[in-house]
Amino acid sequence: MAASETMAVGPMREQVRERAAGFLISRHHYRWPEALPWLIAIACYFVFPDRMTFGSQVLVMVMFALSLDLILGYAGIVSLGHAAFFGIGAYVVALGSLRLGWSEPISGIIAAGVVAGIFGAVVGWFMLRYRGLTLLMLTIAFAATLQESGNLRSDITGGYDGLPGLTFDPLFGLFDYDLYGRTNYLYALAALAVVFYFVRRIVYSPFGQALTGIRENVRRMHAIGSPVHLRLVTVYAIAAAIAGVAGALFTQTNAYVTLTVFDFDNSAKVMVILILGGTGRLYGAFFGAAVYMILEDYFSKLSPTFWQFGIGLLLVLAVLFARRGVLGLFEDSSAYLGKRKKP
Amino acid sequence: MPHVATIVVSILFDGLAYAMFLFITSVGLSVTMGLMGFVNLAHGAFAMCGGFFVVSLTRSLGVPFVPSLVIAATAVGFISIPFERYLYRQLYKSTDLEQVLLTIGLAFMSIATFTYFYGPIPKSVPLPDWLEGHINLGFRAFPSYRAFLIVVGAGLIAVLWYAFERTNIGAKIRAAVDNRRMAESVGINVDRLFTLTFALGSGLAALGGGLAIQLFGLTPSFAVLYLVLFLIVVAVGGLGSLKGTLLAALVIGIIDTGGKYAFPVAGNLFIYAITVVVLLIRPAGFYGRE
Repeated sequence: MAASETMAVGPMREQVRERAAGFLISRHHYRWPEALPWLIAIACYFVFPDRMTFGSQVLVMVMFALSLDLILGYAGIVSLGHAAFFGIGAYVVALGSLRLGWSEPISGIIAAGVVAGIFGAVVGWFMLRYRGLTLLMLTIAFAATLQESGNLRSDITGGYDGLPGLTFDPLFGLFDYDLYGRTNYLYALAALAVVFYFVRRIVYSPFGQALTGIRENVRRMHAIGSPVHLRLVTVYAIAAAIAGVAGALFTQTNAYVTLTVFDFDNSAKVMVILILGGTGRLYGAFFGAAVYMILEDYFSKLSPTFWQFGIGLLLVLAVLFARRGVLGLFEDSSAYLGKRKKP
Repeated sequence: MPHVATIVVSILFDGLAYAMFLFITSVGLSVTMGLMGFVNLAHGAFAMCGGFFVVSLTRSLGVPFVPSLVIAATAVGFISIPFERYLYRQLYKSTDLEQVLLTIGLAFMSIATFTYFYGPIPKSVPLPDWLEGHINLGFRAFPSYRAFLIVVGAGLIAVLWYAFERTNIGAKIRAAVDNRRMAESVGINVDRLFTLTFALGSGLAALGGGLAIQLFGLTPSFAVLYLVLFLIVVAVGGLGSLKGTLLAALVIGIIDTGGKYAFPVAGNLFIYAITVVVLLIRPAGFYGRE
C-alpha cells in the first residue's frame, strides 16, 4: 500500500515541478512594455539636455526605491531606516575620494555596494528576528545612530556642513564630467540598468518566490521548512548593497554629500516614492520616483508648505483608496473595464 | 567632591524633568499601541497641535499659562476623536505598513497646516512670574519651571496609576491589552474603550507639547522631530505598560541628560544606542509581552 503510494507520487511530483518551473520561466520572459521606461529615459537625454543633473537624481532615487522594493514589496520587511545604507554608500565614495585619494568611480560604487551589503548582513542578522514595531524602531535607531556617530566625528565626515568639492576620475579614464551632467546621466542610467537586471533576476527566481511566500504567510513558510531568517537576511543584505550603490551614485553625481543623507526624512521619502508607484512590481519604483521628483521639483519651488500638505494628503488617499499604488490603480481599473466589456 | 555631587544632582534633576515630559507625551501612545497594535506616527502631531494652542491662547487671548495648558489638552483630546472614528478605525486590521503611511501622511499634513498659520520660526510662551527664576529647596536652588514639570509629572503618574489599577475602566483597559478577544467576549466594548484612551492619550500628548515649548521652543516640525523619541520610549518600555513607559522615560531622560553633559557633541547617540541594545535583548521592551 505504502509502496504503491510512493510510486504514484513519483511521476506526479515530476509534473508539479515542471509546472512550477514553467511558471517561473514564463514570468521571467521580458515583455515589450518593459522597454518603455528605458526608452523614455533615453529620450529624456535628447529632449532635456540641460536638465541632466536633475535627471541623474531621479535615476538615483529609482535605484534607491528599487532596493526598498526588494525588502518591502517582495519580502514584506517594513523599514523606516533604509537611508542608513544609502548614506553608507554615499560616504564610502566620498571618504574614499577625499581621504584616501580613491577617485576611480566604478570601483568606488562597487566598494560602496560591498560595504553597505556587509553592514546590511550584520545588522539584518540581528534585527530580522523581529517584526512590527520593534523592527521599525530598530531600523530607525540604526540610521539615527550612524548619523549621530558621523556627527561625533565631524572632523572626518564633515558633519552637517558636508564634504564639498569631491572630485572623481573620468569614466574609464575617457569620459570626463561636463557642466550639464550629461555624462553623469548616462553613467547613472547604465548603473541602473545593471542593477535592474540583477533585481529582476532575483525577483523571478525561486528565491524571489520564497520571499513572496514569507511576505504572504511566514508561518506556512516555516512549516514547509523554508530557512526564513537566512532568506530575509540575504535579501536585506542585497537591498542594502543596492542602496549603497545608489548612495555612491548620489555622491558622485552631486560631488557633494552631508550627513542629511541619513535623515529620517530620506528614509520616509523613499518609502513614499515606492508606495505611490506601487510596491512589489519593480516598475513602481520608476514611476513613483519620476512622478514624485518632478512634482517636488515643481511644487516645492512654488510653495514647500503646499507640497508637504499635498504629499501627506496623497499618502492618506493612497492608503484609503489605492493600496497598491498608482500602477496598481491602473491595473485595477483596466481589469474593471475589461470585466465590464465582457458580459 | 562637593563639585561632583552638585553635577550629579543637576543631572538627576534635569533628567527627571525631561523624563516627565517624555512620560506625559508617550504614555497615551503606549496604551493605544498596546490596545490595538496600531502604529501611530501622528502622535507627535497631536503634541505639536497642543503646543500651538497654548501659544495662541496665551499670546493672542491672554489666557494664563496653566489654564491654557488644560484647555489645549482638552481641546486636542476632543479633536482627536473624529480622527480615530473615521480614519484610524478603518485600518485596525491592516498591516503595519498601511498604518505607518496613513499616520505619516497625517503628520505631514499637520506640519504643513501649522507652518501655513504659524510660520516656521520657533515660538515661545509668556510664563507667569512664579515659573520664572529659581526655587530654593534649602540645600540649593533649582529652576522653577523644571520643578513644576516634575510636580505635574508626578501628579499625573499618581492619577494614571490610580485610574489604571484601581478603577473599573482601568481594569477593562488592562484586560483588553492582555487579550483583546477574551475581553470582547466577556462583554467589554473595546472599540469604545479605544476611542476613550485615544482621546486621553492625544490630550496628554497635547499637554506634553504645551509643556515642551519652554524646554525646546516650538516649531511645526516638532511633530516629526520628537516623534522618534516618543516611539523609542514606547518600544523600550513595552507596549501598553504604564510601568514600562515610566521606566523607559526615566532611563532615557536621565542617561540622555547625563550623556549630553559629559559629551555634548554626541547628541542623541546615547538614546539610539540604548534603544538598539534594549530592543535586541528584550524585543518587547522592559515590560512588554513577547
